[in-house]
Parts: sequence; C-alpha cells; structure tokens
Amino acid sequence: MMKNENSDNLDRRKFLKEGLWTGVLAALGAATAGLLAKGRKQKYVWQIDPYKCIGCGNCATHCVLNESAVKCVHAYAMCGYCDLCTGYFVPEPKALSTAAENQLCPTGAIERRHIEDPYFEYSIDETLCIGCGKCVVGCNAFGNGSLFLQVRHDRCLNCNECAIAAACPSQAFKRVPAESPYLMKEA
Amino acid sequence: MILILWLCCAAGALSIQRFPPPEFETDHVIPTAAQPPAREGVFDLLDVAVLVAALSLASWLVLKKRSRKGVFALMLFSLAYFGFWRKGCVCAIGAIGNVSLALGDASYVIPWVVLAFFMLPLVFTLFFGRTFCGAVCPLGAIQDVVLLKPIRIPAWLETSLRLLAWLYLSLAVLFAVTASAFVICRYDPFIAFFRLSANPALWVISFSMLVIALFVGRPYCRFLCPYGLVLRQVSRISKFRVTITPDECIQCRLCEDACPFGAIEKPTVEWPRDEHPKGRKRLLLLMCLFPVFIAAGAFIGYTLHPKLASVHPTVQLANRVKFEQAGVYKESIDQSKAFYSSGQTLNDLYETANEKKQEFALGGAIMGAFMGLVVGGTLLSNSIFWRRSGYEAQRAGCFACGRCYNYCPQHRVWQKTKKLQMSETDG
Repeated sequence: MMKNENSDNLDRRKFLKEGLWTGVLAALGAATAGLLAKGRKQKYVWQIDPYKCIGCGNCATHCVLNESAVKCVHAYAMCGYCDLCTGYFVPEPKALSTAAENQLCPTGAIERRHIEDPYFEYSIDETLCIGCGKCVVGCNAFGNGSLFLQVRHDRCLNCNECAIAAACPSQAFKRVPAESPYLMKEA
Repeated sequence: MILILWLCCAAGALSIQRFPPPEFETDHVIPTAAQPPAREGVFDLLDVAVLVAALSLASWLVLKKRSRKGVFALMLFSLAYFGFWRKGCVCAIGAIGNVSLALGDASYVIPWVVLAFFMLPLVFTLFFGRTFCGAVCPLGAIQDVVLLKPIRIPAWLETSLRLLAWLYLSLAVLFAVTASAFVICRYDPFIAFFRLSANPALWVISFSMLVIALFVGRPYCRFLCPYGLVLRQVSRISKFRVTITPDECIQCRLCEDACPFGAIEKPTVEWPRDEHPKGRKRLLLLMCLFPVFIAAGAFIGYTLHPKLASVHPTVQLANRVKFEQAGVYKESIDQSKAFYSSGQTLNDLYETANEKKQEFALGGAIMGAFMGLVVGGTLLSNSIFWRRSGYEAQRAGCFACGRCYNYCPQHRVWQKTKKLQMSETDG
C-alpha cells in the first residue's frame, strides 16, 4: 500500500515537473514571438541629433574609448565659405591666419584652404579632432551652423548603454536603425 | 570683407543661413562629408552562430564527454571571442535591460541579435543546466580563470548575499522598463578589461572585482549577476543535469571540498523527531508572514519612488529647473541652459516628468513587492527539508564547470573504461 502511494507521489511530482518544464519552454517561445512581432530589426546605432546638441564638450571626455568616437563633421553645403569663420577663429583673432593662437580648435584639426577670393574651405581632420565641440559652438553662434558633432561608426563600439548619451545635457543622443545610420545636417 | 552681424544667439543649434552660399567662378565642387558605415549585419549572424556552437559544445563537453579540460579550453575561447574580441557587448546579462525596455516602451523594437543572446542561453539551460555559465559567458570565464585560493562561504552568508543579486535584478528591470538607464551595462565590472579603456571609477571597480575573484569563487556570478538568477530557476527544472558521479554515489566524500563555489550538497541526515514540531511551526509562521513581506516591500518601493525616479534624465532636469525657478539654485547648468533654449515650455517639462514619476510609483511598488516575495521565498526555502541520498551538485547553483569530476573515483573508473573501450575498438 505504502509503495503504491509513494510511487503515485513520485509520478505526480514528475508530471508536475514535466508540465512546468513544457510551460517554461512555451513561455520562452511565446515571449520571443511576441517581441519579434513588433518587427524584425537589425541593430540600433547611436547618433547625435545635431539640432539638439549644445556643444558642451562631454563627447570628448565621456566616451568609453580613449579617443572619442564623436568627431566634428562639416555640412559643406550649408557653409558660407567665409574668410572670417567663427567656427575656425577665436572671437578676436590677431590675424586671419592659420597660426595656432588664432584657432579655436585646441588640436588644430580644422584645415583652412583658400579656394578663390573671398572663399575659404574648412575641412576636419578626423585623426586630430577630439570631439570637444568648440568649433560647433562658434559656428552656431555667429555662422551658418554647418559644423556639428556626430558619432562616427568606424570608431564607435555601439555600447548597449552609451556613456556619452547618459551624460548629454540636452538628451541629444538617440538610437537610429543601422540601415540608415547617420543623422546629418542638411541645407 | 564680410560684415559680422552680432546676432547673439543662444548656444542651441539654430541653423540660420546667416551667410549666403558661395558662388564659385571656378569649377570647385562642394564636397560632402564622409559617412563610414556601421558594422555589417552579417557579423551579428556570426556572433549568434558562435553562441549556438559554443552552447552546444559546452553542453556536450559537460554532460556527455565529462571533460574538465574540454570545458576549460572552451571557456578560454569564449573569453577571447565574446570578451576581448567582441568587447563584452552585447551580452546575455545586459540583454535583460533591452527586453525590459521592449516591454515598457512601445517605440523600442528589440534587435533580433539581442533577443537571441537573451533567449538562447535560457533554452540551453532548460535542457542542459547552466552550461552557459560554465564555458560560454565571458564574465564567468574571467572570474573562473583568475581563481587562486577559494575561501569557503557559509550557506547562510551565500543566501543572504544572493539577495543583493535579486535587488540588482529588480532595480535593473525597473530602470530599463522606465527607459531611465541600462544599469547592468553601465556598471559592468569587467568591461574595463574587455575594452582596455574606461574611466577611473570603472577601472577601480574592475580591479577590485578581479582581486576579490582571486579568493572568492565567481563573486559576480554568485552574488550580483541578475541573469544568473533567472538561469538558477530554469536550471532547477532542466531535463539533463550535472551529476558528480556518472554512476552511483558511493559516498566516499572525496568530492566534498571539490567545488570552489559551494555548489555541492552533502547527503542529508534526518532531523531528530523532536525538531519536527518546531520546524512545522516555523514554516507556518513564515507562510503567514509571507504576505506581510510582500506588502512591506511594496510600501518601501512606493515610498522610495521619487528618489528612484530621479535617475531618469527628464525627471532630474525637471527637478533642477524647478529649483532654479524657485531661486534655490542661482546659476543654470548645461542641462537647464539647453532646456531654456530648446523652446519647450515649463509646463510640458513638468508634465512629462510627472508622468514618469507616476510610472515609478507603480514600478517601485511592484519591484518592492517582488523583493518582499524574494525575501519571504528565501526564508521559506531555508525552512524546507530536502532529502538527499548521495553527493549532488546543486540544481540551481552548479555552474557546470566540471571541476568536481576528477575528484570522483567513479568518474575516474568510467574514464578509464571509456579509454580501454576506445583502444579496443582501434586495436
């Protein structure tokens, strides 16, 4: 009699355990289907909304990489090609030359090239740019706003939690689909 | 010479075409900025393929081949690939945040890779036990590799410290569901080593964790890992599980101190008869207190919700702006300056922040209740008597590392027999 009861108990326990196992497997399957039902997506990548960025300088210091993945980008089509570029020169330059004392950029990453009178072309050397945004502030304040900071995907690790995004004072970082990975400023 | 109009603009990026576009007389072409593409999607597929292969191999090595050497070798590979090559991101542990966000935010669609990294270890654990922890997870691997002289942690301390992991899981889910932060990723203790770059605070955390891991076996896995908690529960009902002996336990006791993680349970001796009424009373008391724990937890969670809500950047901003408007703070900071120049109204900001705070009120109460349930459950399970006839690996706690195999004489015999069989069929 006892033996039958024991084996009954064991069978019941086994049945419950099997049921729970199947239930958990089914739940995992349902959750997967449910989460994928919103649409199959490739990864998100990080981008700065250039119209929200205030050029605070956190991009240069908060990236987990020693050399920040954020660089200055130039929307050439918006540029005025000015002689006195307020993104290139300090507020009161001694001369409109490439001397370091006249440049806003602390690493000299902006190349100033004469095209024809009175136009100059300004290009960013990404190997020198640290993403500090000083040029961006100058360009936005008194120029056309053609210089802006942006995450470069050949450098960005695409961390699940972006350290710069967490520190951005204007919440300018957003996730964009990897298929269209850049938010650029357009003319 | 171009006259500069001293338009004193706020630092916000208003792109007014102050200066007209140039009209070139030469044929100069205006260049466009380079847009180097993001990592190709096919590499995501590769990552998932490697994950499936590693999980399958781990399960076979632990359960079928029963080879500690094999598990160790696979663990090194996983450390190299998922840790140092892929820099530890995206991982199954962090994926908890993504899944939570997908549940809480309708506009966030979870990438399939992240979902795969979350689900695959769970499914494999449902079948084979925690083989993910043993040979595939890079965080587990780095702790396992540096283990020098493990100290013994008493069972009561082990269970109490595990409550930290439950708290971590609760907070991680709460902050992810409310789209405040991915705290698991933010405070990943080994990421500094995988990336070989981090801020000073994270380096300190990483080094401390590694030093602790020299003497305490897998401290992150046992006392902090939120994903491990889910794996523990799934592993309890796994179809196949790690057995120290491939055969019958002969109670030789040689494996007693074999596990550096305290996951081997001794065979139990029946309680003395006079202990039974005391045990029953304790169990009854705990069952009655159970709802009290849950209610107390919910109350604490609700009370803490303003503090918890301030982790969210919009709530933080609203609090700051409110104090500035009231004159408590005389100066504006970058956050408030950016807000003032954004054109958003104060009422809009306060409304958004309040909505978020309401989310936290509900979320905090739920998380508090959950913690109460966990505390009650932990106390209850300590009061239940489990019968064991031989030396067993804990169903929930065993990391499937295979260390204990070589301590077991039955395993040695089995190994030798296998070798003889192999040489007989060859010769």
